[in-house]
Amino acid sequence: MKGNEAIAEAAIQAGCRHYFGYPITPQTEIAAYMAKRMPKIGGTFLQAESEIAAINMVYGVASAGKRVMTSSSSPGISLKSEGLSYLAGADLPALVVNAQRGGPGLGGIQPSQSDYFQATRGGGHGDYHMIVLAPSSVQEMAQLTIRGFELADEYRMTSMILADGTIGQMMEPVSFDFDIKEAPAKPWATTGTKMAREHNVINSLYLNAEQLEKTNIERYQKYAVIEEKEALAEEYLTEDADIIIAAFGIAARVSRNAVNEARANGIKAGLIRPITLWPFPKKVFAKAADHAKQIISVELSMGQMIEDVRLATECRVPVSLCYRVGGMIPTPDQVYQAIVEANEKGGK
Amino acid sequence: MNYKRITLLAGHYGSGKTNIAVNMALELKKLHENTAIADLDIVNPYFRTLDSKDAFDEAGIRLIVSPYANSSLDIPALPQDMYAIVDDTSMYSIIDVGGDDRGALALGRLSRMISDENNYDMFLVINQYRPLTPDAASVKEVMDEIEEAGRLKFTGIINNSNLGAETDETCVLNSLHFAQEVSELTKLPVVLTSVDEKLAPKLAGKIDNLFPMKLQKRPVD
Repeated sequence: MKGNEAIAEAAIQAGCRHYFGYPITPQTEIAAYMAKRMPKIGGTFLQAESEIAAINMVYGVASAGKRVMTSSSSPGISLKSEGLSYLAGADLPALVVNAQRGGPGLGGIQPSQSDYFQATRGGGHGDYHMIVLAPSSVQEMAQLTIRGFELADEYRMTSMILADGTIGQMMEPVSFDFDIKEAPAKPWATTGTKMAREHNVINSLYLNAEQLEKTNIERYQKYAVIEEKEALAEEYLTEDADIIIAAFGIAARVSRNAVNEARANGIKAGLIRPITLWPFPKKVFAKAADHAKQIISVELSMGQMIEDVRLATECRVPVSLCYRVGGMIPTPDQVYQAIVEANEKGGK
Repeated sequence: MNYKRITLLAGHYGSGKTNIAVNMALELKKLHENTAIADLDIVNPYFRTLDSKDAFDEAGIRLIVSPYANSSLDIPALPQDMYAIVDDTSMYSIIDVGGDDRGALALGRLSRMISDENNYDMFLVINQYRPLTPDAASVKEVMDEIEEAGRLKFTGIINNSNLGAETDETCVLNSLHFAQEVSELTKLPVVLTSVDEKLAPKLAGKIDNLFPMKLQKRPVD
């Protein structure tokens, strides 16, 4: 199936029965799949009048304690950013998918990774984070969608699947053999008091500055726990590597081929593929910096993740960038050439 | 294959219509000098017959496609020269229709002229391994929706069941039963079973009407 369909089917299997969205290439298959399936399983599919309306419908269902999602692509995610900030401010669990396309502005419809900053820094206003998951295969689109719902519920926050046009459109076989955790009890949800309890209030407005400060600090204490526990990366041939590629999503698949090519030619190359972009797998990079001579960040952007790589390695190793943008994808050969050049330079 | 003057390919989106259309056009050109391929897909601009333009140019196949395709103005517009399909009765053509009923809607503009001339085939492309069409009943549902939206009746089925890069002999052979069930339910013959040309030698003799294809869109590693 297509990557976008894998997300939709996984969401349904995770118990999501509410989808709100607005069509935009390259993720419309998610909405199309939901439109077909939701009415048949007693769920709700609604094509909202805009992205802004859709994200606020997500806010509503999340407040009522149900698993809910929306999806869009880059320009549409910008429109949703206000809602993302409100979800964070109200500590609501939700799943949001961004199948990135080239930007800024309307950009193009071809794949991109240039919403990395927007996703990992939150996107909207205020101090907050989302959990950001970066699939690099159709199988992982399904797997991380399920994981996204679980993490969202566990930490009462938004999980974002940061995919791209390639993985969304690409077709690969998927196994749905998942052990799915049911949504936990949500005693905070606005499910009706039945005159048996106090009202639950879902809100992001705190006019009392002291109270708002306290809420923000508590939220960041929760973020610290997530950074400690949930950071995830895949390492490929990194143990003895001199040159390490940092790449996520589709860029990681391209880079893996380049690493194999380098190894075949006697260059000790390896790959670190962050699966969570927030929390960023800092420890994996810090450890790699102990022995690697150089790190190359391969991105479909003008260099966004590279900043996190530099922070995680505290600039102990030179970090360079290998990129294509605007909907273009680096070839394995381009990445291989970058490895060869880095190897000749030598690094630290 | 014995081609009618107009061959239409429709089906569930992602069923493989464009790949088949491209291969059919190249085969048709060997049989008829005046051959065209038309891209009427106004639904999903991600995969286009236009991507194979060089192959058509080289073979001398006329490509009927929206002048805005793959441009900054890639709007859901139909190509203005699509009427050549029905007007020029000396021309043979393959028509790549968009996926599902939404894609087939674009066909409504031509369907009456096509059915009046009555020298056409419309094939339903099916893939058992696509998530929303795993059985005959779900295929029939898609088929009915397409016929209603496109206002044209199907005349046959192309079994294109595959699992992308992981497709093997067994995967294709296992789908024959499914294709037969679809055929019985829809009362339409299975006219072709399309496979990657690399698999074709292994399946020769085991499947009637095998259609080996050169895949235009290769799976990524």
